[in-house]
Amino acid sequence: MTASKSFGRWQVDKLKIGSHVFDSRLIVGTAKYPTLEVMQAAHARSGAEVVTAAIRRINLDDKSGKTLLDYIDRSKYTILPNTAGCYTAKEAVLTAQLARELVETDLIKLEVIGDPETLYPDTAETLKAAAELVRDGFTVLPYVLDDPVACKRLEEEGCAAVMPLAAPIGSGLGVCNPYSIRIIKERARVPVIVDAGVGTASDAAIAMELGVDAVLMNTGIAAAKDPVRMAHAMKLAIEAGRQAYLAGRMEKRLYANASSPMRDLIAVDD
Amino acid sequence: MRAIINGEPREIPDGLTVGALLRHLDAPARGIAIAKNDRVVRRGTYAQEVVREGDRIEIIRAVAGG
Repeated sequence: MTASKSFGRWQVDKLKIGSHVFDSRLIVGTAKYPTLEVMQAAHARSGAEVVTAAIRRINLDDKSGKTLLDYIDRSKYTILPNTAGCYTAKEAVLTAQLARELVETDLIKLEVIGDPETLYPDTAETLKAAAELVRDGFTVLPYVLDDPVACKRLEEEGCAAVMPLAAPIGSGLGVCNPYSIRIIKERARVPVIVDAGVGTASDAAIAMELGVDAVLMNTGIAAAKDPVRMAHAMKLAIEAGRQAYLAGRMEKRLYANASSPMRDLIAVDD
Repeated sequence: MRAIINGEPREIPDGLTVGALLRHLDAPARGIAIAKNDRVVRRGTYAQEVVREGDRIEIIRAVAGG
């Protein structure tokens, strides 16, 4: 096929994580929404096919019986359970195993926190947990610093994707280090998912324009004044960023370069 | 006898299975998963798995998260 024939061609462009295949490149959280009904509406508007959930002890005094899973239509959404709140590999591994038993999925967002204020991950514990979970048959998606070496090590341990942060969890600061995200993407042979720190639509578009495969966000949608509208904005931004990346942007120039022809201009008397 | 359930020591009758423990605690039967002494208790084995003195039981559910 000649290059010209492929111009504008709508490519089949799926997100593949391990054996899982998705059309949407936006993964959304389930926390911090004003109500669970708003969350449901935001999920629908986001076009996401994957939603995250956390694992916690039940409250033995709460007899209401409803859990988060009652608000997620399992025929429409794949649940990506996380190990948020874990500080050691051991805690994360058991949390993942409990999540697998509960949700009946091999997917796990591995999150092993190293510091309560920044919520930066503990790379050593994350690597340890990743190795163990891969051995145990999980499709592991680790939350990791925007560190190309850490990402490479996690890939070598058999992780199905790497999920470098754009900025600290819940900060909404956007992609703080686009250079390292690019390096991570250039070197990775597994999908790169920017996880955490996206604050608004342009942040999501910037992440996608860097070439990453998907973006995972929660607060950026849930803490907007109108979460449902922001969910839609994020959907459009992810799609726009992806298409711009695939299209290949023009080169930047320091000086102007006229768009209209400079020939055949009319003349008037001075 | 005493067992540690979700981090709290509790007096429970001797010889309960995990399934009987859930009924004893009036815990929800669905939307949960269980670990005993850091190992997952598979759903189909609640009626066989016995809780012993000092066992650490974790009963979990899914909650909102990012």
